[in-house]
Amino acid sequence: MAMLHIVNKSPFERVAFDSCLTHANAGDSIIMIEDAVVGAVDGSSFSGKVKAAMADKTVYVLGADLAARGLDGKAMDGIVSVDYAGFVDLTANNDTTQSWL
Amino acid sequence: MTTKNFLFVNRKAPYGTVYALESLEVVLISAAFEQNVSLAFIDDGVYQITKGQNSKGIGMKNFSPTFRALGDYDITKLYVSSESLAERGLTVDDLMELTYEDADDDYAEKPSIILVDAKGMAAMMAEQEVILSF
Repeated sequence: MAMLHIVNKSPFERVAFDSCLTHANAGDSIIMIEDAVVGAVDGSSFSGKVKAAMADKTVYVLGADLAARGLDGKAMDGIVSVDYAGFVDLTANNDTTQSWL
Repeated sequence: MTTKNFLFVNRKAPYGTVYALESLEVVLISAAFEQNVSLAFIDDGVYQITKGQNSKGIGMKNFSPTFRALGDYDITKLYVSSESLAERGLTVDDLMELTYEDADDDYAEKPSIILVDAKGMAAMMAEQEVILSF
């Protein structure tokens, strides 16, 4: 059962993102939206954990939220940028979703 | 009117919550009262002044250009935490070039952003009389 994990909190401010990575299973998908997109930036103190997650999970970022924060082009290699329609497709194509509020 | 040292502490990323925008609104109001205003950008607050913000895709107003106007209101001291930038994989080159014209120096254009470490930030905070946190 593939699950889509939705994260919207900055990993530097809350532990929600960290908890998500701890609880997501291999084959799951994780999407960063709203303030969570700061976790996509390469070279941060959190980027190692995201890179480790990408070994067996697919990590997405909502491109519009990344651009709003001036972080376009700063995401790690391997993170897939999606638009709102892509976000909807992810929710439709996974069996379940879990929001890490 | 008595002039006091006002500090606005910004610790939240923009757009996800309303704190950053609200802070900027109050900063502009404080300028009208001719106070000695400083801003601090710590933790996720550093994302408020990144350059190249484009919020069209999320349907919200990009308020980052407003920071460029602060110099005209004599708000010329924007302290940025060097540790917060480094933790987030950012450098000062990722921030907007915010400047002011120094009336005491033939209106020479000078940088408003002051990069400080935690020790420097703490020393600056110790000089303040009124501190507002966002």
